[in-house]
Amino acid sequence: METKILNALKWSGLGFLEPLIKLIQGKEKDKNIRLVLRQIVVPVLSVFIFLGVCNFGASYLYNKERDIKIEKTRSVQGDAAAAQMAECIDSSDLSCKPNSLPSPADVKQGAISLWNDHKMISEKKSAFKEKTAAINKQRKEQGLKAITYTGRPSFVDQIITSLKTVFAGFLLAAFFAIPVGIVLGLSETLRSSINWIIQILKPVSPVVWLLLVSMVVKTVMANSDSDKAFIISFISVGFCSMWATLVNTTMGVSSVNPDYINVSKVLRLSVFSNIFKVILPASIPMIFTGLRITLSVAWMVLIAIELLAQSPGLGSFVWEEFQNGANDSNAKIIVAMFVIGFIGFMLDRVMMFIQKLISFEAK
Amino acid sequence: MAAFLELRNVSKSYGTGDKKVEVLKNINLTIEEGEFIAIVGFTGSGKTTLISLISGLIEPDEGEVLLKGKKITGPGPDRGVVFQNYSLLPWLSVQGNVELAVKQVFPKMSKIDRVNHSRKFIEMVNLTPALQKNPSQLSGGMRQRVSVARALAMDPEILLMDEPLSALDALTRGSLQIEIERIWNESKKTVMLITNDVDEGILLADRVIPLTPGPNATLGEEFKIGFSRPRDKAAINADSNFKKERNAIIKYLDEVGMHRSGSKGEAYALPDLQPIIKVNKLKRINR
Repeated sequence: METKILNALKWSGLGFLEPLIKLIQGKEKDKNIRLVLRQIVVPVLSVFIFLGVCNFGASYLYNKERDIKIEKTRSVQGDAAAAQMAECIDSSDLSCKPNSLPSPADVKQGAISLWNDHKMISEKKSAFKEKTAAINKQRKEQGLKAITYTGRPSFVDQIITSLKTVFAGFLLAAFFAIPVGIVLGLSETLRSSINWIIQILKPVSPVVWLLLVSMVVKTVMANSDSDKAFIISFISVGFCSMWATLVNTTMGVSSVNPDYINVSKVLRLSVFSNIFKVILPASIPMIFTGLRITLSVAWMVLIAIELLAQSPGLGSFVWEEFQNGANDSNAKIIVAMFVIGFIGFMLDRVMMFIQKLISFEAK
Repeated sequence: MAAFLELRNVSKSYGTGDKKVEVLKNINLTIEEGEFIAIVGFTGSGKTTLISLISGLIEPDEGEVLLKGKKITGPGPDRGVVFQNYSLLPWLSVQGNVELAVKQVFPKMSKIDRVNHSRKFIEMVNLTPALQKNPSQLSGGMRQRVSVARALAMDPEILLMDEPLSALDALTRGSLQIEIERIWNESKKTVMLITNDVDEGILLADRVIPLTPGPNATLGEEFKIGFSRPRDKAAINADSNFKKERNAIIKYLDEVGMHRSGSKGEAYALPDLQPIIKVNKLKRINR
């Protein structure tokens, strides 16, 4: 039972809690106290130090911005207006708050307001659904399209849209890069003939991919009324991120231990079972390393691509907030930054978990 | 009747031009059905090349390898190979490794038969308790036994063993040697064992054939080993014939080894120089 819990922790990436559990049970006290200090206490402390540094930096920038603002008012409108401005700022009136790097407290406030906003919007949405339920039923019977909610998406909706885009892009990359990588890995002729193209295309910037994809999609789907922005952004994400998987799969397949190849030759395995019983299992660690890089690149690139493609999601959220310039916009951008970082981290963890399930190395 | 396995004037070299190395030269060998042959030689003399030639993983430059009178053109399951480094697939269990081979050789076998067939050979190497274990959970000796079981389960015409025990410690090696002889007795397969251990060859084989050191390695004169089967290691160790055979083989190998290093050695002409330090200075130093 106990080992099961510990194993489950290890597998879910929470292995750092192990010494704490052992300490609670009173096992190997000295060793586990040291481990708890190193694996839990120190990291938590470092988070607080990080927040402190942020707070310090933010308040320094805030004061500087405040002085600049007052000085500007003085030079344009005179001393009386400047004094009034200083008073206004110090009374923490939002209308004259200097716009600088938000402090951790501001960021927390921003997160809360985003959450409240989400609750409000989802209430509106469900109210709308209730209202239109009857009409939609009628329209369905008449063969018309249902009326959908077209209001502003909340922050959580944006996250979900982004995740959808990234998964579509990731699947596209995986379904393209793994088979092609296997074929390239098996055939040296093909590998050397395509190598140049791969080497040239690999470092191309996401922005250029986006433009290229939109050139093609615009023509191909000229008469389609599907969501073009979504299609363009997920295809671009796929193209930008697939290279790691492609190169890793090729490498993995072409460098399978010759002993395993000899076994396959002596058994005279067919091409099919050679690939599925010997080559693929042997190169799974490499393929998964590639997939993990692909997923993290996809998530990183997604923000930039959404921002440019005007596809809804976290990227456009960040851009809209930046353009918006409200007094809590900066805080919301920072919230988005942490959410993006956290989701990226979780995605990597999920991939690691799947890799452990599939790969023979972990067993 | 033609010999079971025959090598006719087989030569193999690697590389081209100046870097060409003739590994094997004019190998002639005939093996009868049911025989146990041991090829003994120094490391680097081309033993693994010889096994690869017979298993069909590489092709000879000259000459031909015949199995039952038919020329060998590529690898096939009629020649079971036990590799030096086990070569088990680490993502399959013991049973999975054996079954993969069985499935390939007997594609028409039903699933139950296949499992039973695999288990029979795993039983033969005494690994039934480790059926579902992965190779990484096994010791070196156990892995090598799985490799033997895999090769036997393919029901090959001949079993080729490429230094199967050289990576094991002395104690495990001893017990596996006994097991190999027992398995050979039970299965009545033709076996070709490659080894660098003369004692092992004498203990197991009907004939021990030394391979002269490479490059241009070739087979030397054979030694017939006449101990009765099943052989008992302790009894053989005490036998005076064993010592005689062993010394003869080692002496032979040493001689061909000496011959090779002697023919290769060059005499370096040393320069005729005198020290230029003046004599009285030297005296002072000596004082």
